[in-house]
Amino acid sequence: MMEFTLVNFLLFMVNCVLSNNFIFSRYLGCCPFLGVSSKVETAAGMGIAVTFVMGLASLITYTVYHFLLVPFNLQYLNTISFILVIAALVQFVEMLIKKSIPALYSALGIYLPLITTNCAVLGVTLLNITENYNMLWSVLNGIFGALGFLLAIVLMAGARERLESSNIPESFKGFPISLVIAGLMSVAFLGFTGLVK
Amino acid sequence: MRNEKTTMRGVFINGVLNENPVFRLVLGVCPTLASTTNAINGLGMGAAATFVLLGSNIVISMLRNFIPDKVRIPAFIVVISTFVTIVQMLIQAFVPSLYEALGLFIPLIVVNCIILARAEAFASKNSVLHSAADGLGMGAGFTLALIIIGVVREILGNGSVFGIDVLGASFQPMLLAIMAPGGFIIFGLILGIVNSIVNKIGKRSAGKGAEA
Repeated sequence: MMEFTLVNFLLFMVNCVLSNNFIFSRYLGCCPFLGVSSKVETAAGMGIAVTFVMGLASLITYTVYHFLLVPFNLQYLNTISFILVIAALVQFVEMLIKKSIPALYSALGIYLPLITTNCAVLGVTLLNITENYNMLWSVLNGIFGALGFLLAIVLMAGARERLESSNIPESFKGFPISLVIAGLMSVAFLGFTGLVK
Repeated sequence: MRNEKTTMRGVFINGVLNENPVFRLVLGVCPTLASTTNAINGLGMGAAATFVLLGSNIVISMLRNFIPDKVRIPAFIVVISTFVTIVQMLIQAFVPSLYEALGLFIPLIVVNCIILARAEAFASKNSVLHSAADGLGMGAGFTLALIIIGVVREILGNGSVFGIDVLGASFQPMLLAIMAPGGFIIFGLILGIVNSIVNKIGKRSAGKGAEA
């Protein structure tokens, strides 16, 4: 287990956001990454909502796993219990945004409930268990992982806004060209591997 | 009875071709990218997802009149994650190498959009038999797509197909194809090619319609 020091903290942040970016090197969260990345504003909103949910989900699932499942020897129920926690949490965030920021709510539209099926959220909670992080590192892993997602989706939205005015072959419009762009960005992010050992 | 049979076949073929979850609906991108580093992993992921789709479609279709509308999504998720836990245990017990290769992405079948989408759009409205056909069709379509992408990436990145060397020792593997960026780029290119084929077929049939 890593000790909590400033150096470890910064290395962990660089590792989560750049070297092991959720989208570009772990393939987690690709559906919203492709679905909600047509405008920078909505992409940023989605990224922030995901950050909030992933941080909270890491905290709650850590508690559920170590204080509820482990004592009763029910570790095999982790997938079911984690997805239920996430679904409830997303419902809560949805109500919160609907009340406090209606403009953002209408912009995110149908994608907000889809955070439940964002594999980055369930993925990070399961990774926390397999990596054996303690509570603090779990929450940090959730938040930094989501910040990497935020970075990726905003970069992607910036590129796609430019695409609108360019001449793309008919068959490559939409998803295919977005995937190729994501691939090129991923090549760039490959340069960050080995930055943190 | 005959009519029933033809519609079931139609539902199955619809899942494989017209509404192929990967190439036409572009759902389940994460498992598609993560499991297609070679053809065998693609096949394994496809088979696991097909099992879950078939099981969840059947159970949800049986329960469709009992699940209240307001809590249907959590109810669907519980059914799906039950099947995913079963499949995870089966893979861990019988195919440990696949379990190692797919790792995190086996429990993540729970959040594969294809499965929830079929539960919501098809199984919650149709009979058990039709839902089973739909689950099998969608699963077969998913598996087919994963194998196609897996074969392309494996040939380029490793010079082999299903683990069998086909290009010989002189072939210089293009490592990028089996790394993260290659997944995005190759999937994008294949998707573009499939789109252009579909567009051509669409134009031809439209042309025929105009002639007639």
